[in-house]
Amino acid sequence: MSARGHGSVVVYCTVLLLLTAVLWGLGLGVGSSGWHNPFAAWQDSIDRQILLDIRAPRTIGAWLVGALLGLSGAVAQGLFRNPLAEPYLLGSSSGATLALAVVLSLSGQSVWATSIAWHVGLTGVAFLGALGGVALTLFMARGASHTMRLLLSGVVVGVVLGAFTSLMTVWSAELWRTMQSFMLGNTGLLSWTSCGVLLGTWALTLPMALMLARVLDALTLGEETARTLGIPLGWARAALVLVLALSAGAAVAQSGLIAFVGLAAPHLVRRHTQTRHVGLLLAASLMGGVLLLGADVLARWVIAPQELPVGVVTAVLGGTYLLWLMHRRAA
Amino acid sequence: MSPQATTLMSVQGLSAHFGEVPVLLHLDLACRAGQWLAVVGPNGAGKSTLLRCMAGLMAPSQGQVLLGASPVLQWPAQTRARQLSWLSQQVQDDTPMTVYDTVALGRLPHQGWLGLGACTAADTEAIERALADTDMSASAGRPLNALSGGERQRVWLARALAVQAPVLLLDEPNAHLDAPHQRLLATVLRREAAQGRAVISVLHDLSLALAADRLAVMSQGRLVAVGLRDDPLVHRAIEHVFEQALAVVQVQDRWIAVPQL
Repeated sequence: MSARGHGSVVVYCTVLLLLTAVLWGLGLGVGSSGWHNPFAAWQDSIDRQILLDIRAPRTIGAWLVGALLGLSGAVAQGLFRNPLAEPYLLGSSSGATLALAVVLSLSGQSVWATSIAWHVGLTGVAFLGALGGVALTLFMARGASHTMRLLLSGVVVGVVLGAFTSLMTVWSAELWRTMQSFMLGNTGLLSWTSCGVLLGTWALTLPMALMLARVLDALTLGEETARTLGIPLGWARAALVLVLALSAGAAVAQSGLIAFVGLAAPHLVRRHTQTRHVGLLLAASLMGGVLLLGADVLARWVIAPQELPVGVVTAVLGGTYLLWLMHRRAA
Repeated sequence: MSPQATTLMSVQGLSAHFGEVPVLLHLDLACRAGQWLAVVGPNGAGKSTLLRCMAGLMAPSQGQVLLGASPVLQWPAQTRARQLSWLSQQVQDDTPMTVYDTVALGRLPHQGWLGLGACTAADTEAIERALADTDMSASAGRPLNALSGGERQRVWLARALAVQAPVLLLDEPNAHLDAPHQRLLATVLRREAAQGRAVISVLHDLSLALAADRLAVMSQGRLVAVGLRDDPLVHRAIEHVFEQALAVVQVQDRWIAVPQL
């Protein structure tokens, strides 16, 4: 029954929160020379500064980026009624990246500058770019009703916008260096300011998404049935695209392109629970945080003192998952 | 049922086009409270398009569809959603929700803006009744994507019944249903009509359609005949639009369509 379904989601979210706590502990402990006890680091003033100014914002920021990506993936899959939809595949991430490249090349500033106004401004720019990318994908696909057409359009838009971004980096060596680490996904320079922007965005988009959860539930019956249930589809869909673009835009602006977290998080939740969207959105967001923070800890630990770009870790793991998923669906 | 029963829904001079192609031509039809009306006709006759126009999903190119006294498209969306319930011919299949949660979506029009209102005792009662009517109570906790085609069809039907709207528009409600559940469907639709609702269903199974109170026979976008189930003119119209591939005959106290193989 319904109540049983909700109970299982509460248990599931509790497990994800416990995993989050464990990963936060690991994230605070993993450094360039391997694992350190964060409590021991507290005794030393330099270690304490590293803990407070580098590892803590990176750990919390990576979790928040993942939470935003997981949320935007769950919204995209529900909104487009397409289990393979995710911000990266719908042109929003490539749109956000191009918009950021344009602003960075015009302003001459670094993406990793620390001023809060600059971070908020970049998030706004990335949001507009993400919105433009999704709109272009939907325009090319003539709506979202055809799965293959939508995915192909998303891929084409991603390639074309990516090509424009590459073209811009050819002109400027400085921009090339910035965008290079940006395109591989980078959680290494997340600051407390980034955390503030990410937390503010999550605090805005998660309640908005939860308010629209029944709209996503109704959409599972098909668009026309949802309309006959009295759902104001026009503006509800616009609000959902806003949530999607704002979440993806904020994540991209703070940590670059991180693929597949938005795709995998809602899928993993659906594999373990049967739930309405109110539970799915919340659990997918928590799952996104756990996945990205887990990948970040792995990226820092696996070849320490070197570190892998976290976007490469998520692309390898998430890409393999996507291939397996497509193989299973085709079987 | 008296001939003066309230007309809950009517179409007047209705024409509709897909682009330049006409699909409905000058239809007039009244659907009264307390009556089960079956719409029949060969493939491409325009039956589903008629239902979509009645549900307010497609604007007519001429004429109008009235829900009560007002054109259906002029009703506020949520008020209209409480007045008419529509079951589509094709519903999404890969839903991960439970049966109960899917049927509960039928109560959305009663739960305020964006369905944010609380689930009341009336909502719970309507959901449980719809589940019982479709013989799905025991499966309420199962995920939808683990059900057979016939079981899913019963869930979609329960979702439509849970609205408890005065007008029920059902496109192929018997799709994938086995014989016992087709009988259950006929019983439920008769009971819904007896409670004062107007039930309008598109049906391909002519023997089931001949169990309805009235039949509307369509062909090539036009209404060929409308009448009671034992009206000989309706029977001849059915045989005519199906190119004499079947005959309407009486067996004991009811009418059935027998294929002429």
